[in-house]
Amino acid sequence: MVTENKPVLVLSGGQGEANRTDSFKWLLKTITALSRGSLSTECSLFLCETSLSAQCPKMPLSTHSQPGDEHYVLVATLDNVRNLSNILKAITFKDHAIFNATQNGLKVTVEDSKCLQANAFIQADIFQEFVIKEDSVGFQINLTVLLDCLTIFGGSTVPGVTTALRMCYSGYGFPLTLFLEEGGVVTVCKINTQEPEEPIDFDFCSTNVTNKVILQSDSLREAFSELDMTSEVLQITMSPSQPFFRLSTFGNSGNAHYDYPKDSDMMELFQCTKTQTNRYKMSLLKPSTKALALSCKVSVRTDSRGFLSLQYLVRNDDGQICFVEYFCSPDEEVDEE
Amino acid sequence: MDYVATGSNVKVLAKAIHSLSRIGEELYFEPLDDGLALRTVNSSRSAFACFHLSPLFFQRFHTSPAHRFRCKMPMKSVQAVFKSLASLEKTVEKCRIEWKPADKSQLTFTLHCKHGLLKTHNLSFQDCESLQAVFDKEHCPNVLRAQPRLLVDTVLHFPPSLEEVTVSVSGERMWLKNHVEDESDQSKAMMTELCLSSEEFDHFVVSLQTSITFCLKELRGLLVFAESTGLPISVYFDEPGRPVVLSVSDSVLEANFVLATLSEDSHHNNTKRAPTPPPPDDFMCDDMDSYLIAMETSEIAGPSTEINQPSCSTRAPTMPNLPNHRSLFDNDQEEQQEEEEEYDLERPPNKKFRSLFFGSVLPTPSQVSNQTLQSQDVLASDSEDEKSS
Repeated sequence: MVTENKPVLVLSGGQGEANRTDSFKWLLKTITALSRGSLSTECSLFLCETSLSAQCPKMPLSTHSQPGDEHYVLVATLDNVRNLSNILKAITFKDHAIFNATQNGLKVTVEDSKCLQANAFIQADIFQEFVIKEDSVGFQINLTVLLDCLTIFGGSTVPGVTTALRMCYSGYGFPLTLFLEEGGVVTVCKINTQEPEEPIDFDFCSTNVTNKVILQSDSLREAFSELDMTSEVLQITMSPSQPFFRLSTFGNSGNAHYDYPKDSDMMELFQCTKTQTNRYKMSLLKPSTKALALSCKVSVRTDSRGFLSLQYLVRNDDGQICFVEYFCSPDEEVDEE
Repeated sequence: MDYVATGSNVKVLAKAIHSLSRIGEELYFEPLDDGLALRTVNSSRSAFACFHLSPLFFQRFHTSPAHRFRCKMPMKSVQAVFKSLASLEKTVEKCRIEWKPADKSQLTFTLHCKHGLLKTHNLSFQDCESLQAVFDKEHCPNVLRAQPRLLVDTVLHFPPSLEEVTVSVSGERMWLKNHVEDESDQSKAMMTELCLSSEEFDHFVVSLQTSITFCLKELRGLLVFAESTGLPISVYFDEPGRPVVLSVSDSVLEANFVLATLSEDSHHNNTKRAPTPPPPDDFMCDDMDSYLIAMETSEIAGPSTEINQPSCSTRAPTMPNLPNHRSLFDNDQEEQQEEEEEYDLERPPNKKFRSLFFGSVLPTPSQVSNQTLQSQDVLASDSEDEKSS
């Protein structure tokens, strides 16, 4: 399966003089983004006026279905693209991501060395429009390129001004088309897609969960920022008795322990049935700090095999809730008590 | 052994450790009867620092006499316990340092934080000898004391990369200037010189007009500590070669930073000359112009004199390996090396750098021999002409 080799960028200006200046500014931003090298080196640039000429691509200024949408199997629109880009940043530790869209919404998966999996869930009701014509639509895409396109307008300098997104996918073999609009200026990005790989099934189900705690992210953030990085592993101990919830490191200068008592006001839920100590590679868990930084609460669960599930509750710009989840398999030399 | 520090003292303890970290790579931890000593020394043993915390600093101070020990730990490990200084005050309620024989070679630091969070660090240590520098503050002829703000602001004028600074004192003033090692570098170097009047100090006693050169970098740790705690800094020093001691203290703690100073060459003729007097006070008062001229044309104006140059311009390498520094430690004193090279007194000093002072540039004076005393007479008459009444 071969799709277009290079993404295509179509630039179009808004109406009138003022918009022309905006277009120019934005054109410079785009060229900077291109020069960062993350987008393909060759792409076609088309500049045109906003007149509704047939030569121009569809203007995605309206969130209603456009004529010609029929061939898309997935159309999702957002008034504020940050509601998608921010959450994707929390799982960007590898270049490639597997997208899976269903009636419920979008699930984006990133994996590392078959031991770590991160999933971001953006429910359908987060989107202003979410139309899916098949039961399940899946593809693999370069996440770094996608994020660069989603953030092509850079940060919004004017309060209240957001970038709108219309994401369209025609199905197997087609690129993912993104229409991004800010202040009357529109960018169209087409990113080629690949055959989606099957994400690993960690077989982590609630019935097997032995221990579960829910903590406020603030305190865990502090602990994670101080963790001794010379330690190869992060050891997590969960127990119905002392020390309740403990993070331990074993570094060059000695060992360190961070203990959270079960009655701490940072502890929202404490359900531990048996004492368990598991070790996980520090390098695998490090990317989860991005999700931790975005979240307000985190749930930590371990199952009978010692697999770790971290679930982060993230509130987006509009206060809506999304989830990010990390699964990690325990380090081989672990002793499970 | 069990020590507990609470409240704001936890932050003071953390700051003490951070300021010690500016000097050495290892922290020497020694419980004493009258408190806890935290010490460090730099790799060339030319700078030593010690924080002595009295039992009153701690909420609980229990040293078991049977198990007295001295140990040292990597400085980085201890710093890791007190990582984020800014949040320390808000989050840490109590800091406990304990050791039991069962712990073997690990010292336990426990931080009790808000929300019930407990941070425990078990740091491995090594047994060691007691680290102590030889210095005597009581008998120093020169003693100054200033608010930390004064010294911090003064030091701001020097680039952060500056290694060594020269401090000169007279009865009324103190000068600070950067120290340039090589003769050849002097023409390219930027010279900065600052003068502070004795009135700016809380205490200013100078029994010996002298000039000492020491490493500024190692001092910055103490300056940061003093500024944050607001404690005045006392400076004790003697002739070149003897260490300079900077100290801050209050009722429950005392910190001493002992730095070796560049020693003067005993072979030089310069030492036979009486220390030259600074320029007459008349220049300083109102007439900046006359002072500038005095600085530019006089070899012996203020502290920018030859007397302070020679030992620097010889082959002594830059810090921290200055062989001319008399060692601070008893057992090293025999190793002090004598300076063999003679300073060529006939060669006139390079005065170009002086004329860059305050940006004014004067033509290089003609080759002048060392009869500068005569030129001083001439100078005096000029200044009188320009002196505003």
